[in-house]
Amino acid sequence: MNNPTVSSQSLRHQWVAFALMIAFFAIAPYFVYPIFLMKVMCFALFACAFNLLLGFGGLLSFGHAMFFGTAGYAAAHASKVWGWNPEFSVLFAALSSTALAWVVGLLAIRRQGIYFAMITLALSQMVFFVFLQTPFTGGEDGIQGVPRGLLFGLFDLSDNTAMYLFVMAVFIAGFALVWRIVHSPFGQVLKAIRENEQRALSLGYDTDNFKLIAFVLSGLVAGMAGGTKALVFQLASLTDVHWTMSGEVVLMTLVGGMGTLFGPVVGAAVIVSMQNYLAQLGSWVTVVQGLVFVVCVMLFRKGVIGEIASLLRKPL
Amino acid sequence: MEIFGIPSQALFGQLLIGLINGSFYALLSLGLAVIFGLLNIINFSHGAQYMMGAFAAYLSLQWFSLNYWAALVLAPVVVGAIGALIERTMLVRLYKLDHLYGLLLTFGLALIIQGLFRNAYGASGMPYAVPEVFMGAVDLGFMFLPKYRAWVIVASMLICFATWFVIERTKLGSYLRAATENPSLVQAFGINVPRMITLTYAFGVGLAAIAGVMAAPIYQVSPMMGADIIIVVFAVVVIGGMGSIMGAILSGFGLGLIEGLTKVVYPEASNTVIFVIMVMVLLIKPAGLFGTEK
Repeated sequence: MNNPTVSSQSLRHQWVAFALMIAFFAIAPYFVYPIFLMKVMCFALFACAFNLLLGFGGLLSFGHAMFFGTAGYAAAHASKVWGWNPEFSVLFAALSSTALAWVVGLLAIRRQGIYFAMITLALSQMVFFVFLQTPFTGGEDGIQGVPRGLLFGLFDLSDNTAMYLFVMAVFIAGFALVWRIVHSPFGQVLKAIRENEQRALSLGYDTDNFKLIAFVLSGLVAGMAGGTKALVFQLASLTDVHWTMSGEVVLMTLVGGMGTLFGPVVGAAVIVSMQNYLAQLGSWVTVVQGLVFVVCVMLFRKGVIGEIASLLRKPL
Repeated sequence: MEIFGIPSQALFGQLLIGLINGSFYALLSLGLAVIFGLLNIINFSHGAQYMMGAFAAYLSLQWFSLNYWAALVLAPVVVGAIGALIERTMLVRLYKLDHLYGLLLTFGLALIIQGLFRNAYGASGMPYAVPEVFMGAVDLGFMFLPKYRAWVIVASMLICFATWFVIERTKLGSYLRAATENPSLVQAFGINVPRMITLTYAFGVGLAAIAGVMAAPIYQVSPMMGADIIIVVFAVVVIGGMGSIMGAILSGFGLGLIEGLTKVVYPEASNTVIFVIMVMVLLIKPAGLFGTEK
């Protein structure tokens, strides 16, 4: 897909953008409702995970909500029923979604392109039904009143400032992981597979293996996001496993710019604020989201950051 | 009377429901396969277009008091025309890009269509009466067969077979298959390929609309009726493989039956059985049962 090619030369401008992003999230809570910002960071991380797969691996997963949602249930269960500390709950959440991603990845990489999208969508629908019927998820009610707990047994996260710092730490860790992956030799091979899988194969790379690892890593980061979100809202519900959530993360990535590092973060901020401000319009939100989809696909395929990057002629 | 320890009434009842669901799976996956064959895109708005078919029946009754039969003709024409418009104005600009953009566009369109209908008609379903001819049921001895359901099964089989016949056995169909293989060569022979693509898309969408009209008296007419069924149909398409028309039809009916059977044997799994079968097919024959990928 049309992405500015990431050169391995000086990446100073990416460090500048990274510093700007951290500065924004550090200052913003003084001006904006912190819960809203935590939501943005969780979705931004989720979109980064998705983008690792689509933007850098060329794999469109249309069922990424299953990792997000599974992690949410895992974190909520660990925290509420087992009484684990938040750091272990989120770790457990990430590991659960990683395990799921490994199984789903093994199946989905057996087909390419459009089939890959359909298989991931179908599998996530299956996961949705499983969660709907399994008793521990609380069915339609979800797991409510999840305690945020004491971080390292010391810091009480029911305080929003502490929670904010925790979410920010998880977000930065996840983002840094994706950043590192993209610039690693592994990431370069992944991009080669995106551009021309046959060629990568003929150069001796086991492309299936690379795709599977990318899928698992994406599931891991999505799980960090999903687990953290369950703690922020003290709730794990079916909404996070539903296919509409998978659609939303695609939209976030598309709006921000797929194949860019910072695009998903911007996209998540745009979509989450849009949902916030349009919330009173009810189902018009769906219509607006659909319109944004259509406009992005027809006229604005590079996304916000993609356009800025091509103006600056630097990969962001 | 019992078969394998299951009351035969329940068994045949569920098999019938399975066959009904299978009729819709077959019609929808057939439309998807026809569109995919020529346009190389997965029509994500197929479920929304199926819903539009059901609404076309409902609204033509409300507004113009047109009956079921008129709706059966009108709905595919109207919805197909809207489809042609979508293809001419939007999809046509995406053919040169990655195929995933077509999927994303049609997904966005589905959101718009479903959102608009939900704003206008709410989320709850609206009943649509069974046409008078098909009121009542026939006693088959081992079970009661509602006439309308029998009609749906027969009609969808006929439509599926007719579509298969046109594509596989007529000259028009041979153009279509040739254009699937090599559009530029077919164009060089003087066939208007862009128009053929538009009509194919309209036809595939029309099939979804017919399915919608037929579904209206069975399921209720509601804005989200196509949203969940289309995901199951995607699984059906992955199982059958989109390479063959007959494959789409057979796997549609077959999986409907299996789903019905699961409802009797192990009801908890009836929602997921098709996805489980998809997983097994992917493990054993990744190209799909009738597929010939690569």
